[in-house]
Amino acid sequence: MSKLRQIAFYGKGGIGKSTTSQNTLAALADMDQKILIVGCDPKADSTRLILHAKAQDTVLSLAAEAGSVEDLEIEDVLKFGYKNIKCVESGGPEPGVGCAGRGVITSINFLEENGAYDDMDYVSYDVLGDVVCGGFAMPIRENKAQEIYIVMSGEMMAMYAANNISKGILKYANAGGVRLGGLICNERQTDKEYELADALAKRLGTSLIHFVPRDNVVQHAELRRMTVLEYAPDSKQADEYRQLASKIHANAGKGTIPTPITMDELEDLLLEFGIMQAVDESIVGKAAAAA
Amino acid sequence: MSQNTAKVLDHFDLFRQPEYVEMLDNKKTCFEGGRPDDEVFKIADWTRTMEYREKNFAREALVVNPAKACQPLGAIFAALGFEKTLPFVHGSQGCVAYFRSHFSRHFKEPTSAVSSSMTEDAAVFGGLNNMVDGLANSYSLYKPKMIAVSTTCMAEVIGDDLDSFIRTSKQKGSIPEEFDVPFAHTPSFVGSHITGYDNMMKGILTHFWEGKERQDNGKINFVGGFDGYTVGNMREIKRIFDTMGVDATILGDNSDVWDTPTSGEFAMYDGGTTLESAADALNAKGTIFMQDFGTEKTRDYVKSKGQEVVSFNHPVGVAGTDEFLMAISKLSGKDIPAELEKERGRLVDAIADSQAHIHGKKFAIYGDPSMVMGLASFLMELGAEPVHVLATNGSKDWQAKMQALLDASPFGQGCKAWGGKDLWHMRSLLATEPVDFVIGNTYGKYLERDIGTPLIRIGFPIMDRHHHHRYPVWGYQGSLNVLVKILDKIFDEMDKTTNIPGKTDYSYDIIR
Repeated sequence: MSKLRQIAFYGKGGIGKSTTSQNTLAALADMDQKILIVGCDPKADSTRLILHAKAQDTVLSLAAEAGSVEDLEIEDVLKFGYKNIKCVESGGPEPGVGCAGRGVITSINFLEENGAYDDMDYVSYDVLGDVVCGGFAMPIRENKAQEIYIVMSGEMMAMYAANNISKGILKYANAGGVRLGGLICNERQTDKEYELADALAKRLGTSLIHFVPRDNVVQHAELRRMTVLEYAPDSKQADEYRQLASKIHANAGKGTIPTPITMDELEDLLLEFGIMQAVDESIVGKAAAAA
Repeated sequence: MSQNTAKVLDHFDLFRQPEYVEMLDNKKTCFEGGRPDDEVFKIADWTRTMEYREKNFAREALVVNPAKACQPLGAIFAALGFEKTLPFVHGSQGCVAYFRSHFSRHFKEPTSAVSSSMTEDAAVFGGLNNMVDGLANSYSLYKPKMIAVSTTCMAEVIGDDLDSFIRTSKQKGSIPEEFDVPFAHTPSFVGSHITGYDNMMKGILTHFWEGKERQDNGKINFVGGFDGYTVGNMREIKRIFDTMGVDATILGDNSDVWDTPTSGEFAMYDGGTTLESAADALNAKGTIFMQDFGTEKTRDYVKSKGQEVVSFNHPVGVAGTDEFLMAISKLSGKDIPAELEKERGRLVDAIADSQAHIHGKKFAIYGDPSMVMGLASFLMELGAEPVHVLATNGSKDWQAKMQALLDASPFGQGCKAWGGKDLWHMRSLLATEPVDFVIGNTYGKYLERDIGTPLIRIGFPIMDRHHHHRYPVWGYQGSLNVLVKILDKIFDEMDKTTNIPGKTDYSYDIIR
């Protein structure tokens, strides 16, 4: 058995994290890799393209039904999708109540203790938004994901989130083995997007591992709850994901300790590429009538 | 009535004085809206019926008097079995105050454990600073040889990562880089104290063993599990190993830390398994686990290192101890000496002497899953019937195995295993399907008063009787102790029901 490789996808909400990760993992499955996807998002939509399902029963909803996690069987939460990819959704509370972070910890512990990781080549965590609390940092703890891939785009907030996530990784990287694997830019067709993403990657001490171009075939596939790899395996876009998959596959052990930058430095970067205009400090905070 | 230095009433008598009786009556009628006594008794009677039992067992969301404690309590127990080890609980202070007092009430000895005293700001910003400062303070104030870190619910909910926190603390210089700090996450919303014991024991072994190559040195390890009789039991187990000439390492020897001689000096640490032996235990031929339920993760870890593993469920009695000794003999290649055979013969003799009084008696038992299993087996060996066997921290797996054990014996027919049920369920069982005696911990005294079933105190915690933890319940000698505890209660009850002069005292015998 080859050594288990654990990776995680982080990134700002709505950036196309789950789409990118599922397409990439489908491509890895095409390369005969045995894969387990652990969705760490209370919305539980990290595995729908692999399973062709609307939403999967989550570890936490089933645990709540059964009374406690101890009453849960691993078979209840594991689903098999495209190319036998194993899928689990951690799930979590309704918006506004409870603690989704604790849910991530509970689910991952449950999976590990019940042998879900045995005989796998890859475990991939799909994590929502920022590393907002200790629970969402669970996948980057020691002996969990070795490399983190940040999905971003040329938009300011996506880059801001990428920088923030790097800060989270840094906290654990200094003392442990987790590394930043690279940035994945999911094209939004903003100005000078590639250059900007590449520059940010360099500033963060990593590389832009792949630039995924925008292609409507992704949306067409999503409407059918499929990955592009399955829906249109001969398309150009499928090839892009295959390239990304091979790059990630070859990237084992090549991650770096990120060097996050300050908010000012990030703004300077945007200025440099002409995305943002320099702010005239004399007009800040003045209402229209006063100007 | 007024008191002075010559006449001081203690609380047993004080509140029975007329002025207090009157005051308490007024309180009930004027302020508490208390119901009339006859109505209270009527409802109390109804709660002892089968109708109420059905409602009680249909209960889903509520737990009343669970017979279990929380994970860090077990983690502290495991940690204290090692030489000069300070248990450090990352989280809130109040939890750790409870752990210390709980152990002290049972063992009647001070129990040392510290907390990282997390408060509101730590809950918001994470407890890293508490860990950094806490480890530095513990290290310099209490001079331990090892600090074993576990967690309370608070640290678990916010997702503090012990591994990275401890590494960072070392990088920041709060403790030396090479200082031993094993750890275990012990969220109390999962499992019970026995889960915490398991997590910490595995954490300690992982700390010493990971990354090392195992070379079989023919020794044997012994893991007792969470055990209220650890002081007596560990000494008895060591005696058995010595008698057999077996070179054994006790993993977690708590016997001295909870039984330190009074010398005039306070000893914060005493005895315990040396850290060298804990590290060397990797090289043992095999490990014996005395309580399979509550050491599962440790057992699997030890097994994964290539050791032979033998697991028991708290063996008590002739057959149980036979199996235990034969396993040691098989693992070590040493014969069971004549001395132990004699002890066996004495136990058989004692059982034969008293068997007539125990045979056919009905029992209810509650406690930790492996312990109740061992006690139920012993009762059936004695010809008694363990009618209700309950473990709040017993899993479905335990319930199935316990039931199979009962079904396999003629004395277990009609007896039932109850996993995940609490003492309020036990109350219904005792009221609707009465037994002669209930075996359990101190909390059983409320059941005894309520239902009238006499309590035999075996388990943890025993807080209202002293020094029972000093006597073993394992081995032939320990089994004899258990036999005597049971017999004493049987004879006490016999005396109690035959002691009215001229009415029932025709059997108030001097000889039993």
